[in-house]
Amino acid sequence: MYRYFLRRLLYLVPIVVGITFLTFLLTYILPGDPALSLVGERAGPEVIEKIRRDMGVDRPFLVQYLGYLKMMSQGRMGMSYFTRRDVFSDILQKFPNTLKLALAAMTIALPVGIILGFISAERRGRIMDRVVSSVSVVGLSIPVFWSGLIIMFVFALELRLVPPSGTGGIRFMVLPAITLALPAMATIARITRASAIEVYEMPFITAARSKGLRERTLRMVHVFRNVVIPVVTVAGLDFGSYLNGSVLTETIFGWDGIGRYTMEGIIRRDYPVVMGGIVAGTVVFVLINLLVDIAYHFLDPRVRLHEVRR
Amino acid sequence: MKSGDKVVICILVLVVAVTAAAPLITSHDPLAIDLDAVRQPPSIHHPFGTDTKGRDILARVLYGGRISISVSVIAAILSMSIGLFVGLVAGWFGGKIDTFFTALIDLVLAFPSLLLAIGISMVMPPGIYTVMIAIAAVGWASFARIIRGYVLTVKDMAYVEAARAVGCSTSRIILRHLLPQCMPVAMVMMGLKLGGFIITEASLSFLGLGQQPPAPSWGSMISAGRAHLFSEPWMVMFPGLAIVVTALCFNLAGDIVRDRYGLRVN
Repeated sequence: MYRYFLRRLLYLVPIVVGITFLTFLLTYILPGDPALSLVGERAGPEVIEKIRRDMGVDRPFLVQYLGYLKMMSQGRMGMSYFTRRDVFSDILQKFPNTLKLALAAMTIALPVGIILGFISAERRGRIMDRVVSSVSVVGLSIPVFWSGLIIMFVFALELRLVPPSGTGGIRFMVLPAITLALPAMATIARITRASAIEVYEMPFITAARSKGLRERTLRMVHVFRNVVIPVVTVAGLDFGSYLNGSVLTETIFGWDGIGRYTMEGIIRRDYPVVMGGIVAGTVVFVLINLLVDIAYHFLDPRVRLHEVRR
Repeated sequence: MKSGDKVVICILVLVVAVTAAAPLITSHDPLAIDLDAVRQPPSIHHPFGTDTKGRDILARVLYGGRISISVSVIAAILSMSIGLFVGLVAGWFGGKIDTFFTALIDLVLAFPSLLLAIGISMVMPPGIYTVMIAIAAVGWASFARIIRGYVLTVKDMAYVEAARAVGCSTSRIILRHLLPQCMPVAMVMMGLKLGGFIITEASLSFLGLGQQPPAPSWGSMISAGRAHLFSEPWMVMFPGLAIVVTALCFNLAGDIVRDRYGLRVN
């Protein structure tokens, strides 16, 4: 089992190399010139040439890329063109904010989604099921940048319950967390419903019922544990995709995390920042997938990890 | 077909028809600036109100819908085509080709997709073609993964073996025997993905990477109205509702198609 985890961790290396290569290629063929966008149009050609040399963007593509890999292997990510700050320490400083937001969203989405899914599965075909199912499809169809603005409008601007934007404690976190949680909640409710319907039809449930177990015990002991397994996968994958949602959510709510940091980097053609943000996001995504697999191992003894082949 | 399903299909057809027939529904020009009528709340004359330049929001939502819907549909067809190609090739040939494509699929799926799409949109001049390519460059991977898996299950079936035995060429087997077999799966998958593509398209144009002003698109209208959220909320409300209704219809229709063909692809 530990060998399996180790091998999965080693997987990170080719994935990060691949991702950095893709991103590097993108930034290399970008039409904009970072030197030009730093000093502006009025600087003389020799000044721009010097800055390009300082940045190292005048070198051939492969040389730049290998240089970047070498730097990464030493645990560095370079320096922002604009703020002259170290990208790695910037990311370390902003990462907890993104993580906090994602965790808060998950704390809302997971229990609410699972409860909604159960309600709907146990009343299959009845009105409550229809309502919950419809609400969850709606949840999947709302873009976060719009739901975020509507939530901001109602709760921050009309009702004035919480501040509309900024980074800080729980008062600042509520609205972006709810915004981020909505689509995740919808997905979790859908998966829980499908999974619970399947589990309720299994023979061992009939057996448990016929030996006289109360519905509550049945639900908590027999059904829940089986239902939770696919939910964990989806929730884990969603957690990774929060980085997607967080680009928009953090931008709208002015939350000082990795998503907004990367977005600003993209807009200012600040390549080291873009690279850093994307590498950090990918590493988190892969690590979370690994955690999900580990969680599997404990949730479902039938899954033997060393037998799992990708 | 259940009656609820019929309603969904009707609304979907209505949405598409209404945007396609925009000039018949509103007499306003979506680009016509009217500085005497800026920031008007919804009224009989302007059912959705007007924006900061006095342009009619209903007209802009309708004309913007033409672009948003067609960009998403074309992106979906592109994704499906690339996914079919990669999936068929990887699944049929196996070996090193399969290893390469599987790694590529994993790589694209591991990438935060919106960031990749944003990256691509920045490489090319902003516009609708860029958005189509950006969505397809990310979207093909999930198609390819499903198709590849499907090819693996059908390629040992008797009819494929028979085709090979009578001497069909590889390309004929792939194009005439495997491709038709994969089409239903690919179409269902496309139905399930379309709603998400509508939202991605809107996200990219919200970030200013899609349709360029003054031409309208739902995402850019929301981004323009953001600053006036408190004073003129209708500028954000109506284009957003348009996105939600459209994405919702596509998502529900995708579910209907999937249930109808009894395919489990997601």
